[in-house]
Amino acid sequence: MSSTNTTTTCQEAAMITGLGVATVWVLDQDRAKEFFVDKLGMEVRDDLTLGEGGMRWVTVGAKDQPDLMLTLMVPGPPTHDPETAEQIKALIAKGALGAGAFTTDDCEGDYRAMKARGVNFLQEPQKRPYGVEAIFRDDFGNWFSLTQPSAKLDESVGWS
Amino acid sequence: MGRPDLAQLHRLRLAKDVMDRDWSQPIDLDAVAAEAGYSRYHFIRLFREVYGETPGQYLSRRRIERAQDLLRSANLTVTEICMVVGFTSLGSFCNRFKRQVGMTPTEFRARARTEGAGRIPGCFALFWAGGFRAGTPHAATFEKSPENRDP
Repeated sequence: MSSTNTTTTCQEAAMITGLGVATVWVLDQDRAKEFFVDKLGMEVRDDLTLGEGGMRWVTVGAKDQPDLMLTLMVPGPPTHDPETAEQIKALIAKGALGAGAFTTDDCEGDYRAMKARGVNFLQEPQKRPYGVEAIFRDDFGNWFSLTQPSAKLDESVGWS
Repeated sequence: MGRPDLAQLHRLRLAKDVMDRDWSQPIDLDAVAAEAGYSRYHFIRLFREVYGETPGQYLSRRRIERAQDLLRSANLTVTEICMVVGFTSLGSFCNRFKRQVGMTPTEFRARARTEGAGRIPGCFALFWAGGFRAGTPHAATFEKSPENRDP
């Protein structure tokens, strides 16, 4: 087979169309669910336990984005051996892990509402070339950005 | 003493977050330690064990990093930036800056402005700068090596 044909075959193969599930490592699934729903205003998508004492699958998502959800997972077996699980938990608690950036159409408003609900902010809304951004942690220590994207890059504003 | 448990790590992180949030303000270490629920001495010892440097070293490093950002982008004098990031003496600011960055604030500004701005979102810049000092493993030792000595 010529290289041209190989390329054509690759292009015709199915392509990834999006990101559906992302994992947030947390220390407690009940408290995590409470945080993402009560403090961030997200909705619960699933809360299932597979069999007696089996894995608990808890997912949440933004109300306006049905095709992406976060799975709230506690480090532990069978994915992690006990020592690894303890190390990941320590990293979460000491604040070394981040879990992503949320988008909003009103960073300032969300900041005020979330702060009133007791969310721990590291940075109040600030202008960036790509929008207005605040930074907060969940109750376990994971950090998140809260970004209101601007229509177009404004390079006159600093990046950090 | 054993490794700090999750509850202790949580309290230390909250105290570190205070420094990340209020780096430009005068920060009273006793108050930060009290926020974490520790005496000053115990807090400094635990913080250093977990984050690899003392709270004072950490705060100073953050302030210099914020100063670098301002030197790159803000239309302020070196003296103004020194005050904005929470130093009270220009001399100690410049000394500390040179030690951390390898050049004076003025040299840094001249160089940074010819190289153009980066394109890394601020949240990542913040956590890069506010993370862990390069080359510092989980420091379990408390004796002072020359490079770790408080300024």
